[in-house]
Amino acid sequence: MQARGLVKRFGDREALKGVGFSAEPRELVAVIGPNGAGKTTLLSILAGIQAADGGEVETGDGTVGWVPQQAALYRRLTVEENLLLFARLEKHEDPSASVEEMLDLTGLRERRGEIVARLSGGNQQRINIAIGLLSRPSVLLLDEPSVGLDSRQRARLWEFVSALAGRGTTVIFSTHDIQEAERYGNRVLVLADGEALFDGPAEELREAVRREAPEAADRDFETAFVAYLHHRGH
Amino acid sequence: MRWLLLKDLQILRRSPLQAVLLVAYPVLIAVLVGLAVSRGPEKPRVALLNEVPANARVSLSGTKLPSANVQRRICDKVECVHVHSRDEAVAKVESGDVLAALILPEDLVNKINSLSTLSPGTPKVEVLVNESDPLKAGIVDDRIEALLAQANLTLAKRIAAEGGKYLNLVIRGGDLPVLGGGIHILGLQASAHILEAIEPALPNGPLKVALSQVTEFANQAGENLDIAGPLINRLAQPITVEKVAVGGSSPPLETFAIAVAATLTLAFVAVLLVAGSLALEREENAYPRLTRGLVSARALLGEKVLLGVVVGLVVTILMLAGLTIFVPLEWSRFGLWLAAIVVGGASLATAGAALGAAAREVRAVSLLAFMVTLPVAFLSLVPSGTVGQGLYDVIKVITALFPFKPALEAITSALEAGNGGIGGPLLHLAILCIAYAAIARLALRRFTRV
Repeated sequence: MQARGLVKRFGDREALKGVGFSAEPRELVAVIGPNGAGKTTLLSILAGIQAADGGEVETGDGTVGWVPQQAALYRRLTVEENLLLFARLEKHEDPSASVEEMLDLTGLRERRGEIVARLSGGNQQRINIAIGLLSRPSVLLLDEPSVGLDSRQRARLWEFVSALAGRGTTVIFSTHDIQEAERYGNRVLVLADGEALFDGPAEELREAVRREAPEAADRDFETAFVAYLHHRGH
Repeated sequence: MRWLLLKDLQILRRSPLQAVLLVAYPVLIAVLVGLAVSRGPEKPRVALLNEVPANARVSLSGTKLPSANVQRRICDKVECVHVHSRDEAVAKVESGDVLAALILPEDLVNKINSLSTLSPGTPKVEVLVNESDPLKAGIVDDRIEALLAQANLTLAKRIAAEGGKYLNLVIRGGDLPVLGGGIHILGLQASAHILEAIEPALPNGPLKVALSQVTEFANQAGENLDIAGPLINRLAQPITVEKVAVGGSSPPLETFAIAVAATLTLAFVAVLLVAGSLALEREENAYPRLTRGLVSARALLGEKVLLGVVVGLVVTILMLAGLTIFVPLEWSRFGLWLAAIVVGGASLATAGAALGAAAREVRAVSLLAFMVTLPVAFLSLVPSGTVGQGLYDVIKVITALFPFKPALEAITSALEAGNGGIGGPLLHLAILCIAYAAIARLALRRFTRV
């Protein structure tokens, strides 16, 4: 996936100011930045939910799966009914087989008949991602997938997402947790006020933070990152 | 679209309260309307103290008129609770056991009889009402006034009829019954004939002239009093009512009541279900995911309208079937019922979609749908002439902009022949359906914002 010079305006406010980046198969790209940086806007443009006011997006031959920040599924239906509905809407030849595959992938086979509203937030997020995977995407966009999950649920979620990337899927996820981005992202794209400040591996981001905010170099990475953003005028 | 429809029906099934309300509501409406149209209004309970002696009769010039059966007439109109004293009547009214008490005093007939004497009295009846409830007081006032007006009319007719008999006796002659015997009255016409027969035998002179004048008077009096007879009869009821229907025919009350019940059911089911279901797509964050290539916004809108029409049709037909327990319906017109319910349901459902696209939460949308549907339904039932012309024109415009009134007209027309054509209301509904679909489609654009 490749994005070049993406611009998005909401009235007078410029939510994205010429953002560009690329992502390769099997790569996990973390889009990081404070609230209001433009992470959700960027992902929604990549997903085709919103149109950009400028720039272009190339997705290659494959499809793009999108997993919104808040679980987009029907809480009064069961796990299986949700998966079956979206498999049918995706016009799968054998929707039931796709459901079985997703139940295995999410590890929710035992809970297939449960109403989604009764599941934990982590399990709901797994179904949310599984629905995003039903389109068999070559690129999967995850908008803040770990929000509201406890540490155990987060660990299981990232294990699941990492396995997807291991199978060849390009995963682009947004987060405002710098440690999560550093731990799970092969590459990190830093956004602030609609600008792309950094695009590279997590180790290079640490180096850049140390170089540009030396006074915070001895502090924890999150504090140093905030100082780095401050130095860059954000 | 069918998978989305199936999904919505599954969700509906998973919401027991919603499903129960959807079934229970029309059943309740059907039972209430059925009972209302198949049973007349309950007679109010009124305590009656009749102190008039059983043999008392209204008399005219010493002749007793036949009994007017006042007590029976009263008890036909109200449920009479016979009491034996004024105190008992007061106690029953105060306790709420009866709505009112009617006391016919002992001297009532004597007072009526005194009306034809030189010293007329004022006949009075006493009505005891518990004024603590203004609604009850109003009902009782209306009923008692109507009863007394009817009693006065009956009495006036009797008196006029008796008066007419005496007048006839004066004109044509006959026997007047007096004290068990009878007096023969010659009558003006016979008197004139006798005088006319005598007149030629008299010599010319002042006596013959005088006799001629008396004969002429007898003839003129007879002829003029003949005219007075009908006039005396008309005095009892000088004005009669002749009702002429102008400006179309109105459906029978039963049909109209059933049509109102069916339209209300259809409106609530279609509007609330579609508005809520569309808002649910947004509340569950599913809308952007669905319209990202899986279904178009137009198809989603169509699915919601179809949901409203299907569920509305089933529930309304069930309700009409329930009503047949109480009132016979013309099932031979089932095709027209279907047309009216489907087109009306589609129009109401698109209005629901437009409302559903206006808010993010299901609860807010449901409240909005309820707050719009109920007043519009109420306004649609306001008949012309009951409010000022200006206000009625405003009501007409408002009710024409929402599908309730045309749906009511279409269903009324479909239920029974002779209730006006169904084409006009169906065309009106189709236009509204297109307009609301366009509004809903525009409003759905807001859903895509993430």
